[in-house]
Amino acid sequence: MDAATKTLETGTRELTYAQAIQEAMAIAMERDERVFLMGEDIGVYGGAFQVSGDLVERFGPERVMDTPISELGGAGVAVGAALTGLRPIFEFQFSDFATLAMEQIVNQAAKMRYMLGGAVSVPLVMRFPAGSGTGAAAQHSQSLEAWLGHVPGLKVVQPATPEDAKGLLLAAIEDPDPVMIFEHKLLYKMKGHVPEGHYTTPIGKADIRRPGTDLTIVATSIMVHKALEAAEKLAGEGIEAEVIDLRTIRPMDRRTIIESVCKTSRLLCVYEAVKTLGIGAEISALIAESEAFDYLDAPIVRLGGAETPIPYNPDLEKATVPQVDGIFAAARDLATGVR
Amino acid sequence: MTGKAKAGTASANGRNLPFIYRRYDHAQLREALRKMHLIRQFEEGAEESYMRGLIHGTMHLSIGQEASAVGMCMGLSNEDQITSTHRGHGHCIAKGADVKRMFAEFFGKTTGYCRGRGGSMHIADVSTGNLGANGIVGGGIPIAVGAALTAKKLKTGNVVMSFFGDGANNEGAFHEALNMAAIWKLPVVFVCENNGYGMSTSVARSTAVKDIADRAAAYDMPGVIVDGNTLSEVAEASQQAIDRARAGEGPTLIESKTYRYRGHSKSDRNRYRSKEEIEEWMNSRDPIALYEAELMEFGIIDRAGIEAIHDEVEREIAEGIEFAKQSPAPEIANLEKYVYTEPA
Ligand SMILES: Cc1ncc(C[n+]2csc(CCOP(=O)(O)OP(=O)(O)O)c2C)c(N)n1
Ligand SMILES: [Mg+2]
Repeated sequence: MDAATKTLETGTRELTYAQAIQEAMAIAMERDERVFLMGEDIGVYGGAFQVSGDLVERFGPERVMDTPISELGGAGVAVGAALTGLRPIFEFQFSDFATLAMEQIVNQAAKMRYMLGGAVSVPLVMRFPAGSGTGAAAQHSQSLEAWLGHVPGLKVVQPATPEDAKGLLLAAIEDPDPVMIFEHKLLYKMKGHVPEGHYTTPIGKADIRRPGTDLTIVATSIMVHKALEAAEKLAGEGIEAEVIDLRTIRPMDRRTIIESVCKTSRLLCVYEAVKTLGIGAEISALIAESEAFDYLDAPIVRLGGAETPIPYNPDLEKATVPQVDGIFAAARDLATGVR
Repeated sequence: MTGKAKAGTASANGRNLPFIYRRYDHAQLREALRKMHLIRQFEEGAEESYMRGLIHGTMHLSIGQEASAVGMCMGLSNEDQITSTHRGHGHCIAKGADVKRMFAEFFGKTTGYCRGRGGSMHIADVSTGNLGANGIVGGGIPIAVGAALTAKKLKTGNVVMSFFGDGANNEGAFHEALNMAAIWKLPVVFVCENNGYGMSTSVARSTAVKDIADRAAAYDMPGVIVDGNTLSEVAEASQQAIDRARAGEGPTLIESKTYRYRGHSKSDRNRYRSKEEIEEWMNSRDPIALYEAELMEFGIIDRAGIEAIHDEVEREIAEGIEFAKQSPAPEIANLEKYVYTEPA
C-alpha cells in the first residue's frame, strides 16, 4: 500500500451517512452505465431524506427516475429491469412501504434465479429508510429487516456508519443477487470518516467495533452506536464489552459471533425491531446450536423493540426501543451475574 | 367495405384476405398450425402423464386458447421477450421452447428448463425470450414493464409482451404497470387472455367493465378486442401493437376473448359453468378447427397435410416424454444450488 492510499484510508474526510450513500450512488453511476436510480420524489425533490439530493442535475431524469406512487409496480419494474440487464437502485420512501411491494420482493426478486434453475440473476438493490425516532408514528417507523432476512434469495444489510453505508452500497450494486439495504433514518445526518473513491465493504461480514473480554454485545444499525456508548460507561465500571456490528443479517456472519462468545461467555443482543421472532432469536439459536453454548456462563439476553406499534408521543416512542441506559443496565447485570 | 374479409370471400388478388395470408407465406402458415397442434398435444401429453402419476403438483392447461398464444407471438422475434402466467405452456411453446426440455421440467429432471426447480408454473426459456411463467396472478406484468424499460434504456429495439388472464386485470399490479408503461412510453404489449373466468369467478362477477380493453382508456393507450380463437385476428392486433411499441409510440392493451376447455387446475369440479357452454366453444369455436378450415379453404393445406402435421407432432411429444423419463433427477445434495449466484 503506498503512502497516498494510506492517508486516504486513515484520512479525516467526514461525510454524513446520507452523503456517503449519495456518493456511492454517484460513483456507481459513473462507473457503470447500467446503474440507475428509481423511487418516489428522488429527482428534483432529492428524496424524502435528501439522499439522492442533486444527483438528478448531474445524471439527468433518465437515470434518477421519479416513479409514480406505485410501490408494488415500481418494485416489479425494478425486478424486470434487473432481470434483463440493468442495475437499478430502488428507493422506498419509507421502509414501511415494503409491505406494499412484498409480492415483487419475496415472490419474484428473491426466487427468480432459483425457480429458473440458475438461468437468470436479479442484480437489484433496494434501499429502505427504516426505524423510529422521528415522531412519524406507527406506519413510518418500523424495522422490518427480519421480514426480508427470512427469505432465501435475498441478502439483507444494515450499515451503521457512513463508511459502511457507502461500502455496502457499492458492494450491493456489484452483487449479482438482490440486496436489501436498511438504512436507519436517524443515522442519515450522522457524520463519520468516509474514504474517497471506490471501495466495497464485504456483504456477510460483521465488524468488531470494540474488542472486549467480559461480554459480547451483538447490535445492528443505530443500536451499534448505543451499544458503544453503553460500553464506554461499562468500562468506567471495569466491564469490557465486545461490541459486534452485525452489518449483514443475511447471510449472517456466524463465525464472528461464535468466536466472540467463546471468548466472553456472555451474550447480549440489541436491535430495534420487535423483540420476538427476530434477529435476537436467530443469534441466540445460533449460539445454542454451536460450540459456544458450552462456554456460556449466563443465559443469553435480548433487548429489542416492545411488542407494540411505534407510538407518536416522544416519550412513549423512546420507551419502545432499546436506549443506552437500558443497554448499560442489561449488560452490567449480565456481566456481574445478577441474571 | 363490409368489415372483415370472410375466409370464403377472399378475392383472387388477395386484397381482402385476412391479415396472416397477406403477411406470411404458406410454410409459415403451416408452421403456425403445427405450433397450435404442438401446444394442444403437449398439454394432452402432460395431462396424461399427470394422471399416470409421472408428474406431480398441479398444472393449468390452456387447451382451447392455442390461437391466442401462437397468434400473439407470430410477430415477435427471438430477442423479443414475454412474461407469462400460471397457464403458460402455450406461450412458452409459441415463443419457441423445445417440448423435450419442457417435459423434462414437468418431470422434475435436471434437463428441464429450470433444472427441476420450477415445474409447470415457473416454466421459462430465456434463450427464446420467455422470462417465465408466474405463480402469482399479475406478477409478471410489472416485470414486463421493467424489461421494456431495459429495452428502451439500452436501445435494443426489443419489444416485451406480457400475458395475463382476465382475473389479473383486477390486481393492483396490472393498473400500476399499465400506468408506468404509458407515462414512460415503453415498448410493451399487454395481452389479457380473457377466458371468461378467474378460477370460478366470471368476468361479469369480478370486473366493473364489460370489456377489459376499456381499461386501456384509463392509461391513455389503445385498447383492442380480438376474437382470441381466430388466429389471424389475434396476429393482426398483435402485429399492430408490436409495430407501435417498436416505433417508440408506447404500449397497447389487447383483450383476447377465448375459452379454456379444461378445468382451472386439477382441483376443478366445473360447478360454475355449464356443460352446454363448454361444448358450444369446443364444437363451434375451436381455434385449431377454425384455422384448419381456413387453410384448407385457401388451398394452403389439405386433409393429408393436416394429418401429417398431427402425426409429426405426436412423434415429437412421444419423444419428449421419453426424453423426460430417461433424464437424470437432480441430486439432493444440490438442493440449495441457484438460491444465490455462485462466486465465480
Ligand atoms: C395473487 C394470487 N391470487 C390468487 C391466486 C390463485 N389463483 C391462481 S390462478 C387464479 C385464477 C386466475 O384467473 P385469470 O387471471 O383469469 O387466469 P386463468 O386462470 O383464467 O388463465 C387464481 C385465483 C394466485 N396464484 N395468485
Ligand atoms: Mg381467466
